[in-house]
Amino acid sequence: MLTVNEIYKTFNAGTVNEKHALNGASLTLQEGEFVTVIGGNGAGKSTFLNAVAGVWPVDAGSILIDGEDVTGLCEYKRAKYLGRVFQDPMTGTAADMEIQENLALAARRGKSRGLGWGISKKEREQYHEMLKILDLGLEERMTSKVGLLSGGQRQALTLLMATLQKPKVLLLDEHTAALDPKTAAKVLETTERIVTENNLTTLMVTHNMKDAIVHGDRLIMMNEGRVILNIAGEEKKKLTVEQLLHKFEEVSGTEFTSDKAILS
Amino acid sequence: MDIATLFSAMPGNVAQGIIWGIMALGVFMTFKLLNFADLTVDGSFATGGAVAVILITGGWSVPAALVMATLAGVLAGMVTGILHTVFGIPDILAGILTQIALYSVNLNIMTGKANVAVSVDKFNLLVSLRFVSKTILVASIFAIALISLMYWYFGTAQGCAIRATGNNPAMSSAQGININLMKVITLALSNGVVALSGGLMAQYQGFADINMGRGAIVIGLAAVIIGEVLGHAMIGKRMNFIVRMLFVIIGGIVYYIVIGIVLWLRMPTNDLKLFTAIIVAIFLAVPYLRGQAKSSFRKAARKGGQK
Repeated sequence: MLTVNEIYKTFNAGTVNEKHALNGASLTLQEGEFVTVIGGNGAGKSTFLNAVAGVWPVDAGSILIDGEDVTGLCEYKRAKYLGRVFQDPMTGTAADMEIQENLALAARRGKSRGLGWGISKKEREQYHEMLKILDLGLEERMTSKVGLLSGGQRQALTLLMATLQKPKVLLLDEHTAALDPKTAAKVLETTERIVTENNLTTLMVTHNMKDAIVHGDRLIMMNEGRVILNIAGEEKKKLTVEQLLHKFEEVSGTEFTSDKAILS
Repeated sequence: MDIATLFSAMPGNVAQGIIWGIMALGVFMTFKLLNFADLTVDGSFATGGAVAVILITGGWSVPAALVMATLAGVLAGMVTGILHTVFGIPDILAGILTQIALYSVNLNIMTGKANVAVSVDKFNLLVSLRFVSKTILVASIFAIALISLMYWYFGTAQGCAIRATGNNPAMSSAQGININLMKVITLALSNGVVALSGGLMAQYQGFADINMGRGAIVIGLAAVIIGEVLGHAMIGKRMNFIVRMLFVIIGGIVYYIVIGIVLWLRMPTNDLKLFTAIIVAIFLAVPYLRGQAKSSFRKAARKGGQK
C-alpha cells in the first residue's frame, strides 16, 4: 500500500546547520498493516512521516501509495490518500470553527470544494453518531468551537477526521506525546479500535517503547535517517524494552538517546 | 456649535458610514476570515471610483459601470494574491506593492487627471449627497444583499475551506485544501467588494479622486473593529456570522457619526486623520486591555501581597 524507496532529505544544505535528516530510508507497508516507528532524538521519524505526507519534496528517492508514484505531488494533492494526526493537538483542527464544520472539512478531503453547502443535514446526523462512539460527549457540542476542547478531545476529533474518509495510509506523528498519561492511553485505545475496525494501513511514530511493542503488527526503529531495525510477528510479541535497547546498541553501535523515551 | 447643525448632518454621516461599511465587509473577508492584512484596498477603492466615473461619463449605464468597477477590484486583488502566493512576497508588502502600482493605474484610468467629476444632474446616479435618504436606502440594499451573499458563500464547501485556511493553514493543507488558491480567491473577492464601494462613494461625492482611497484600510479596520467591540458589548457570545457582518456596517456608521461630531466640535479637518488613527488604536486596544485587566502581573503581585 505504501512503498518508500531510499529517500534522502538534507535541510539547510551548504550551511553550518546542514542536517542530513533522511539518508536513504526505505519501507514497505502491506495493505492493512499497522507499523510502529521508534527512534532516538533526531533519528528522522517525524521527517520520514512528513516526507510521505509531502510537506516538502524529497531530494532523492521515490514514494508510492497504492502503486501510484506520488513523489512529485504537493501536500494538498497527496492529502486525498492520507489521514494525519499530529503531535501538537492545535495542528490538526481549525480552532475557530465548529466541531461539525471541522468534520465536514475532513469529509471533503480530496474532493472538489465547490458551491454546495459546507455541511449537509445528513452529514450532521452521521457525525452525531460517529462522535457518540468516541464517548467524550462531543455529540452534544457539535456547534461548539473546537478551540474550547481539551488536548485529548482535539486529538480524538483529529483522529476521527483523519479516518472519516478511509485513507490509504494513516500517519500518526507522536499523536499522544502532548497528552497526560491517562488521556494518552484513551486516545491510543481509540486509535487501535479505529485502525482495526477499518483495517487501516497505519504508520505510527511514538517515543514510548512499550506502546510501540504492544500496538501494531510490526515495529521499525530509525537511526540517522535510516530504518535500522524491523521486528514483526512472534518476535515482536515477545519483545521487551530492554531487548529493544540492546538490539539498538548492537545495530547502531551507539547508545539509545531519547530523553522522552527514557523518561516515559 | 448649534445642535441643530449636528442633527442635520447626521443623515449624511449615516449614508457615508454605510458605503464605507460595505468597503469594510471587504476588509472583514481578508483581515478576519483569511487572517491576511491586505493593504491593496487603499488603491482598489480608488480604482473602483475611477472605473465607475469614467464609464458613467463615457455613457455606460450605472449598474454596468459598477459591475466593471467590481471586476477591476477583483483583478487588483488577484495581483496581490499572485505576488504573495506565486512569488513568495510577505502579505503586507504584496498589498503595498499593488497599492502603489494602482496609483499609476488609477491616474491612467482617469486619463491623467487627478479628479474627474460626475454630475447627478447629467447622469442617473444610484447615490448622491444631494439625495441623502435615497442614498441610505440604496446603500442599505447593497449592504444587505452583500451580507446575504457572503453568508451563503462562506457556508459553502469553498467558503469553509477559505475560513479553514485563515484559521489553520497547516491543517487545511493536510485536509487537501489548496491554500494558495483560497488566498487568491479571497483577495480577489475582497477587493471586488472594496472597488464596488469605491464606485458608490464616487457617485455619492460626485467625483472620483486619485486620493479617495488614502487611509481606506484604516477606516475599514475601524468599522470592523468598532463593530466587533460594540457587538461583543451588546450581544456577547450569541454573535453569529450574519450578526457579525451586520455589526461591520454598524461600525462604519458609528465611525462616521463620531467623525461628524468631531467636525461639529470644530476640530480642524487637517487633524482628522490623526483623530481617526487614535480612534482605531483605542478600539484595537480595548479587547487587549480588557484581557489584561482580568489577568496581569501587577494584579497577581497585588493579590499575592495580600495573602
